[in-house]
Amino acid sequence: MALLSKKDTKLITDPLLDNNPITIQVLGICSALAITAQLKASIVMAVSVLAVLGIGNVVISLMRNIIPSKIRIIVQLVVVAALVIIVDQVLKAFSYELSKTLSVFVGLIITNCIIMGRFEAFALANGPWRSFLDGIGNAAGYGLILVIVGFFRELLGSGTLLGFKVLGDPIEKTGLYALGYENNGFMLLSPMALIVVGIIIWVQRSRNKALIEDH
Amino acid sequence: MEHIELFLKSIFIDNMVFATFLGMCSYLAVSKKVSTAVGLGAAVIFVLAITVPLNWLLDQYLLQPGALKWLGAEYADYDLSFLSFIMFIATIATMVQLVEIIVEKFSPSLYNSLGIFLPLIAVNCAILGGSLFMQSREIPSIGLATTYGVGSGIGWFLAILAIAAIREKIRYSNVPPALRGLGITFIITGLMAIGFMSFGGMLTGGDDEGAKEEKTVKVETPKTENVNELANNTKVIN
Repeated sequence: MALLSKKDTKLITDPLLDNNPITIQVLGICSALAITAQLKASIVMAVSVLAVLGIGNVVISLMRNIIPSKIRIIVQLVVVAALVIIVDQVLKAFSYELSKTLSVFVGLIITNCIIMGRFEAFALANGPWRSFLDGIGNAAGYGLILVIVGFFRELLGSGTLLGFKVLGDPIEKTGLYALGYENNGFMLLSPMALIVVGIIIWVQRSRNKALIEDH
Repeated sequence: MEHIELFLKSIFIDNMVFATFLGMCSYLAVSKKVSTAVGLGAAVIFVLAITVPLNWLLDQYLLQPGALKWLGAEYADYDLSFLSFIMFIATIATMVQLVEIIVEKFSPSLYNSLGIFLPLIAVNCAILGGSLFMQSREIPSIGLATTYGVGSGIGWFLAILAIAAIREKIRYSNVPPALRGLGITFIITGLMAIGFMSFGGMLTGGDDEGAKEEKTVKVETPKTENVNELANNTKVIN
């Protein structure tokens, strides 16, 4: 007996590619762009969103029959804000340096539209287990883009990955630098994040023609 | 002078869309037509102008380390800053609701043209981001906080207006099929962001370009480090 039925597996795998929250649903872009100058920050952000969205979806799904529809936005905001405060405090306690790098963007998980979007579109209509899978799937799709962008920006911008010098030492001129390669500092600046995401969208839509928009 | 400087800085140099990527979701979703973009932009300016000073008061007299001093000396060590997310978002949600009611009462035509955008503002990260940056940059007075709110609102308005105008025209150009729609919008925004970066030298004469670059990529130090120092600096109301 499989742990996940076919339908359940689809909940997780769908948002990874064909229904990716960032490139297809156009949600949660702010944080995806702002903190991806380093791979490590991207990973931490992805994990934080995974935790908030996974738990939040379950909580909302459990409460879905008792929330009056008129005040559901406020209820959702309170649930997310509470979870984000926990994530923020955990980050401050165990990795203060990183929480400084992420600065206000941890707080901005509250207004990350992926979270509200999944609450509205899925958790309010489905049971806790399926909501959990849906939350994990969407957060993973978000994280995937974050990690890809973070990977390229850190590799090309500072020649490191997670802080390790993978392209050699730029000062002593070893590795690739001996051949005349220079770090492209421009990759670390904000506009390049937009352009990298634009290129990811380009690649993705070239592979799957069904996703192409009119204008 | 201080006001003008902060005002120009929050419009051009620290532009919400191009320097910090706030409010990108609605920026991308609502920028297909200039008319809707103008409506949402105006609403964002309005809500930012109200919520940033309100949250400044909350931050100053409730949330900052030592902010509760006005209740009495025994409250001086309290640090409620971990509550700021929930307090800020509550203020924003309430204000958005209030603005909605007021606009509906006094100008039904504006209300109809804004439609669903008004409630959506509650989850626009530009609004919460405005308050959080106000907190982390330690803006010193309520007047400056208002200037900051209005300025960053105008910056956001300009950005969405510009991209909407470009997207209306781009319909007639030959974009590669896979890039149409979202892809090209991202890339244009990137190019516009490069353009806006050149405003960086506007107030400094280009002297501290290096420092500015670092600031857009990295970020400010949060103030929890010098809690005690701040507690002593906090104003006391008598």
